[in-house]
Amino acid sequence: MTAFTINGRVVDVDAAQDTPLLWVIREHLQLTGTKFGCGIAQCGACTVHIDGAPTRSCVTWLEDVAGREVTTIEGLSPDASHPLQKAWIDEQVPQCGYCQSGQLMQAAALLESNPNPTREQIIEHMDGNICRCGTYVRVISAIQRAAREA
Amino acid sequence: MTKTVKIFSHAISRRSFLISVGSLGVAVAFGGLVRNAFGATMSLVGEGDYLPNAWVTIAGDGTVTIMSPASEMGQGIMTTLPLLIAEEMDADWEMVRIVQAPSDADKYGNPGFYGIQLTGGSESTRGYYELLRLTGAQTRKVLLSSAANMLDVSVGELTTEPGRVVHARTDRSLSYGQIATDGSLPDPLPQVTEADLKPTDQWRYIGRRDIPRIDLPSKVDGSAVYGIDVQLPDMLYGAVLRAPVQGEQPERIDDSEARALPGITHIVPLSYGVGIIGETVEATRRAKDLLNVTWSTSSRVRNYTSDRLLEHYRDVGRDLSQTGVEAFSEGDADSAITNAATVIEVDYMSDLVCHATMEPMNATALVTGDTVEIWAPTQGPTGTQGFAAEVVGTTPDKVKVNVTLLGGGFGRKAEADFIVDAVSLAKEVEGRPVKVIWSREDDVRHDKFRPLEAQHIQVGLDVNGNITGWRHRIVADSIFARTNAELFASAGGHDDVVTEGAHFNYTVPGHRIEYIRQDNGLDIGFWFAVGVGYTRFSIECVIDEIAAARGTDPLQLRLELLKDQPRARNVIETVGQMAEWDRERDGRALGLAYSDAFGSHCAQIAEVSLNRETGVIRVHKVWCAVDPGVAIQPRHIEGMMIVGITNGTGHALFEQINIVNGEVQEGNFDTYRVIRMSEAPEIEVAVVPTSGSPVGGIGQAGLPPVGPAIANAVARLTGGVRLRHYPFLPERVKAALGA
Repeated sequence: MTAFTINGRVVDVDAAQDTPLLWVIREHLQLTGTKFGCGIAQCGACTVHIDGAPTRSCVTWLEDVAGREVTTIEGLSPDASHPLQKAWIDEQVPQCGYCQSGQLMQAAALLESNPNPTREQIIEHMDGNICRCGTYVRVISAIQRAAREA
Repeated sequence: MTKTVKIFSHAISRRSFLISVGSLGVAVAFGGLVRNAFGATMSLVGEGDYLPNAWVTIAGDGTVTIMSPASEMGQGIMTTLPLLIAEEMDADWEMVRIVQAPSDADKYGNPGFYGIQLTGGSESTRGYYELLRLTGAQTRKVLLSSAANMLDVSVGELTTEPGRVVHARTDRSLSYGQIATDGSLPDPLPQVTEADLKPTDQWRYIGRRDIPRIDLPSKVDGSAVYGIDVQLPDMLYGAVLRAPVQGEQPERIDDSEARALPGITHIVPLSYGVGIIGETVEATRRAKDLLNVTWSTSSRVRNYTSDRLLEHYRDVGRDLSQTGVEAFSEGDADSAITNAATVIEVDYMSDLVCHATMEPMNATALVTGDTVEIWAPTQGPTGTQGFAAEVVGTTPDKVKVNVTLLGGGFGRKAEADFIVDAVSLAKEVEGRPVKVIWSREDDVRHDKFRPLEAQHIQVGLDVNGNITGWRHRIVADSIFARTNAELFASAGGHDDVVTEGAHFNYTVPGHRIEYIRQDNGLDIGFWFAVGVGYTRFSIECVIDEIAAARGTDPLQLRLELLKDQPRARNVIETVGQMAEWDRERDGRALGLAYSDAFGSHCAQIAEVSLNRETGVIRVHKVWCAVDPGVAIQPRHIEGMMIVGITNGTGHALFEQINIVNGEVQEGNFDTYRVIRMSEAPEIEVAVVPTSGSPVGGIGQAGLPPVGPAIANAVARLTGGVRLRHYPFLPERVKAALGA
């Protein structure tokens, strides 16, 4: 059993220590907002925060999070009220939407450390998150809007 | 409590239209019956010997539930189609709930797509446009008729406001919820014809920019349910190890290590691989890696080496003695070319392209006796019913398909291989659902790629540089030969989707299109815009090659070739103004391309620069003007143009699958390169509908022009260096520069 905190709730998970955190979150805890995209930290769809730092959960093992705090898209805000979530709606960012949990978690970490990023800083920070629909220009607009309106 | 009343129409006056849809009427139910997002939504059941359509439910609280018949894969269709019904029935959009329709082609099939449920071809809006507006209009008439009884007035004195029937003379009104609760219903249903549809100037919702997509709130808080997210009681997990080369079979399976893993319950030999069932997803993924399988070595796909084959395809295209199937012919292209003053003769090619939807292939199935229930991100519920029935040995009507949201589709999820996996494994553990999730590596290596293809184009010009004849030869394997053999045979061996887009709307006196089919055994499939993605690449580049040969501006040449096509000219002129076509850029150049595919006119201009040392092309900005006929949701059309342009840029610059002796060399996003944010162009879109035009398809319309626009820009930047092979890899660009 491995205990950690997820979205403010303490959980005790019965899975092998080397189970990818992604599958623990998605299938054991059934918080399916965090997505599987590649399994090798190439696409960013599985991005969560561990003690506030954006992390690819597909290459993080259960044992790595023992006693730590994990935040997923479900815990980004209680009612989809995070400035980024609102900006994502205002800019109508998602198309298929599958990568957007990861995009949002990655972007949230950026605004946490840099509330007013330049366009270049946004691109540099977000470049590891693939959107196969190609919503990049709207992702940039939404981050800029959230920074402006936060 | 609200009461539930079922009413049906035995006929409406446009009967022939409805019969062609495969249905005999429209049903409207009153009373909230929505249960969940996975089918089981309507308790409307046909009576007697006919099957009613069932699209709308009105609850006593005024909630209007509307069925969405197409698969939502990011194109916004789940908002667009119900909006058409809401518009005509004058629903209050704030009170509308939308539910994914269950698999039932009789009720929900696309009139424009053989009456089946299949989302693709940019056919959803075009196919359902008339049917859904008529359905909405009839619903409104039903409400009016009920209200007339309740208010004891004639129907002619009543009007509707959103969610409400109004009797202005007596200043009375009834909400749709009140009518649903207390109304008595007309029988038979009032009839509707096209004349009952609203004039466009009375549209409340169609054309508005401020109606957001209804699926987006769930896509920013993690609550959206894609196929991979399905969770069911007692669910098991499945994985399938597939043969490294398509068509091989397992000959010897050593599963001792896999079986020994905790949580693994079944190892299931399949004709095309080895299945694993287990209690956890991580156990099945790990067990797959521990299987030791000896595969057969007899598949003809072992002879498939893509770069070698492509050279062969190019040679076939050039060898005019190899005649294929004539796909289109008008005038006498051949003699026009023989007698031409100048002939432009070029080869265009593209490599295999992978779908790599962000959501990898997955499906969940439950087999109970001779019935099957499936939860899957599928574009094709009707086809899925057939494939699943075959696996279990039952009939398609015993298969229920719950269509989830799709994390990307692009044609890949019109296939059923991932669903066959889930059903094959679920059959082994009857009564327990099995969720199968592919690895990204399997998703890439066992994709149904866009065909490898070469095109040979000859254009004859007279002494003044006017086009006299255009001959277009397309050399590729067939998609339909595998996916729709009947259609392929009835078309005499022509594959309409492989040559899609070759038939253009430019005025040329002689035009001939030939399809020279190859058959090298590899399964190929429908990719974003399918054939149009490469046929418009060659056509739009050749138009620029002609312009260069004549010394004509390429924008002017297109306008000249589209003299009698005002919509085409409008998007080209509009995009020219947006991009300031005539303004020179320092170190950069503009390139233009146009497409009329899918019933929408789309012109794009790309601004590019080039690093001549590295061969790297940078696409800085793309302007786009699109005329979709009717712009039902202009902001979402812009969104789909962004998708087409960004994806199209990536596919033109990077995307390439290599196969060596039947084995796919790429496997994940580290080797199969897709566009990232730092490479994405800025995009500006103008949506310019033309009043009175038929509604066009939008899903794929934005992709075809961008690649040729980039190639044309590079040619203008470099004094005529042509890129004729997708993707424009740096080595290819350098080779072209050095040539």
